[in-house]
Amino acid sequence: MNIVVCIKQTFDTEAKIALDSQGKIDSQGVNLIINPYDEFAIEEGIRLKEQLGGEVTVVSLGGERAQEAIRTALAMGADKGILVSDPSLEEVDEWVAAEVLAKAVEGISYDLLLAGRIAIDDGSAQVAVRLAEKLGVPSVSSVLKIEADGEKITAVREIDGGTETLEIPLPAMVTAQKGLNEPRYPSVAGIMKAKRKPLNVVSLADLGLNAGDLSPKMVVDSTALPEARKGGRKLEGEPDQVAKELVQLLRDEAKVI
Amino acid sequence: MELALKGGGFLLADVTPEQVFTPEELNEDHLQLKRMTANFVEKEIGPHIEALEEQQEGLARKFMAQAGELGLLGLEIPEEMGGLSMDKYATVVVGEEVPRGASFAVSFAAHTGIGTLPIVYFGTPEQKEKYLPGLASGEKIAAYCLTEPGSGSDALGAKTTAVLNEEGTHYILNGTKQFITNAGFADVFLVYAKVDGKLTNFIVERDMPGVSFGPEEKKMGIKGSSTREVILEDVAVPVENIVGELGRGHVVAFNILNVGRFKLAAAAIGSAQIALETALKYASERKQFGVTLDTFGAIRAKFAEIATQCYMAESVVYRTAGLMDEVCKDLDLTGDCRKEAGKALEEYAIECSLNKVLASEVLDFAVDEGVQIHGGYGFISEYPIERMYRDSRINRLFEGTNEINRLLVPGTLLKRAMNGELPLLQAAQNVSKDLMSVGLPSDNEGLEALLDMVGKAKKLCLMAAGIAAQNLGMELKDNQYVLMGMAEMVLQVYAMESAVLRAMKVQDMDVTDDHKLFVEKAATLGCYTAMNILEQHAKEVICAAAEGDSLSTVLAGMRKLTRRPNVDMIGLRKDVADLVVEKGKYPIR
Ligand SMILES: Cc1cc2nc3c(=O)[nH]c(=O)nc-3n(C[C@H](O)[C@H](O)[C@H](O)COP(=O)(O)OP(=O)(O)OC[C@H]3O[C@@H](n4cnc5c(N)ncnc54)[C@H](O)[C@@H]3O)c2cc1C
Repeated sequence: MNIVVCIKQTFDTEAKIALDSQGKIDSQGVNLIINPYDEFAIEEGIRLKEQLGGEVTVVSLGGERAQEAIRTALAMGADKGILVSDPSLEEVDEWVAAEVLAKAVEGISYDLLLAGRIAIDDGSAQVAVRLAEKLGVPSVSSVLKIEADGEKITAVREIDGGTETLEIPLPAMVTAQKGLNEPRYPSVAGIMKAKRKPLNVVSLADLGLNAGDLSPKMVVDSTALPEARKGGRKLEGEPDQVAKELVQLLRDEAKVI
Repeated sequence: MELALKGGGFLLADVTPEQVFTPEELNEDHLQLKRMTANFVEKEIGPHIEALEEQQEGLARKFMAQAGELGLLGLEIPEEMGGLSMDKYATVVVGEEVPRGASFAVSFAAHTGIGTLPIVYFGTPEQKEKYLPGLASGEKIAAYCLTEPGSGSDALGAKTTAVLNEEGTHYILNGTKQFITNAGFADVFLVYAKVDGKLTNFIVERDMPGVSFGPEEKKMGIKGSSTREVILEDVAVPVENIVGELGRGHVVAFNILNVGRFKLAAAAIGSAQIALETALKYASERKQFGVTLDTFGAIRAKFAEIATQCYMAESVVYRTAGLMDEVCKDLDLTGDCRKEAGKALEEYAIECSLNKVLASEVLDFAVDEGVQIHGGYGFISEYPIERMYRDSRINRLFEGTNEINRLLVPGTLLKRAMNGELPLLQAAQNVSKDLMSVGLPSDNEGLEALLDMVGKAKKLCLMAAGIAAQNLGMELKDNQYVLMGMAEMVLQVYAMESAVLRAMKVQDMDVTDDHKLFVEKAATLGCYTAMNILEQHAKEVICAAAEGDSLSTVLAGMRKLTRRPNVDMIGLRKDVADLVVEKGKYPIR
């Protein structure tokens, strides 16, 4: 079974976020990681390959540094990597990302597409599903368990208050939820082998795309850091007095009730 | 070998930036390995540090096995024997990250370093076949047994004996080894015993009859590591278990300690960065007088000093890794390479001692200030910095105390000078001759000027050593008061030079502007601090060795060599602190 895993490189969860002089998020010197949900997808792809044979290709869209993320996936056990990197792709929305990834994926023979449920940076949870739509394959999101044979997969996913088991014909797109598996660490031997595995960096032109046709449908006007957390306030006095005051504050000041 | 690259040669020759390795030159594999190790240790071991500290049965072994599965125990073991034949940089990056698992790092270092390496470098092909695959996988754990109750620093004073049996098949070992790391669970013990009064290294297995153990020592720190006596009573060890040559166990013991010291330094610089991170995090959260601690200049200055010292030690460790890798990379470790290995590992004995002393003292400084930054909470066990403070202390004691390592520096230098391996005396004489021309103001600025200062520091060091050698003569080698001062000077020179050459090299690299800025400021701040220390010791040595007119002449020379442009140390400290506090970690990690 041939598998394509879409991954995104994101900020380390502990990275300090700062804005540069133009008010954009400053990525200089920030440690980058594989989006944690995408790690589940990589792990699942490798496990399915180990079980059923075939090849795992990792596809990403991002800057030059995203090669690191792909190398890590290769060190974990993926077979090939493709990075779409183009100066004109600095600011993309979910639509553009899906259009570009679709082109990159089209050239690969695949039975199953895997991705993370959501990226921890922008948190849109859209790209994988849009990609499935564009490629015309069914998709299942937030999956906790996958069983596969050559023709179809059985996926268990989270639904409100429980789980749901679905059978989907291949090819299909599945997005990974936390709990799907425990991603392995790349071994030292895996790291050494990874550098001999193919990693293609391609531009839009290589994919036959034209930057002019890909202007984002959504534009970020401005970015702001969350307001610094204020200290708590202690209400003192008689219990019924204080309770009253609290309700009033929750309604008028915090505006939560 | 070019003088600048010989062991101790840095003191006598100019070294160029191209000749030093820097962490900025690590390749993608090294960086992946570093990230993987940090992730693995933080996520798999980190949550169990408390249980590890209580020496929960089987836990350390389990983590070893996991590390083995990932390949982390086999970095320095040949591929043909289950290892990965990695370079010395790999050893350093892994060594830096393993301390995120607290005392697991000590078990790890004792196993992969002084435990396993005697067989890697000095074992016979048969011993390698037999033991290395198990040591690489973690199926077998190793320990290094040199110290005895009656002989610690005086390692050659060991009393454990080995006597050949009548059949000539086995040596019978008797004696007690003290403070043996991993003794609680190790399978393979590299034991040093005397055959006819001459130290010899043997592989002793745990289940050999006559091997027993003392109780676990109760320790100040690194409580999660096992430390016990290893007692040998008529243990019959097959003759083929001799490692290295019969009667030449000191060659194994001391050369393995060279690598061990270098590896200890790698772990120490990693630990110091962890302490810095821990203190930074605390200071960004704790408020007094309505603001967080990291806004106080007094606290920020501490962060600047810790980060600067981290930078100095890190520069030294990676530079030394470059040297060590160069001499070790051509050894054929699958065969019998005892002779070549002995020579290779001996080459940088001085540098390895300097690494050990500097890094362990930087770590002690970092954890001490780390506690201080935590205030009273730093004294409370709930806070990790309290454990780090206690865990740090052992590093100045084992693998040769810092006194022994300091003494080894002038000791080895003088020995090499006598043997004609290093033209030390000639260089010292040249300094006196050159004194007329030095001290002239130069047009250099920035890092170039800093490198000029290093050049003068070397001359000062040689001048002071020369005066001491000349005036104290044979008495010098027993005058530890003076030798300690000389060691300190050499230490500062090596640190300063490593820091400046790295900073120069980095300016032309593809790194962030903040990175360039940090290395430049830290190098400047670090070098000026080092120069102050060096100057003080030079003066002390000179005053002890010379008197009268000659003393005045030498002191006049010294003044020329210590003349340096004034810098705004406080301003530098502020700049460094800004970078460190903003990043919330060692800023170039
Ligand atoms: C937790 C722990 C783990 C250890 N693990 C191991 C291990 O795995 N294997 C192993 O073989 N050993 C191990 N050791 C032993 C360690 O290496 C020794 O403790 C160390 O070398 C010092 O020896 P000593 O304790 O006998 O001190 P001593 O040699 O008695 O030294 C006491 C003091 O005198 C100074 N001193 C001694 N001689 C001189 C001299 N000639 N000139 C100037 N000053 C001198 C020392 O620097 C020190 O300050 C371990 C020790 C500890 C505490």
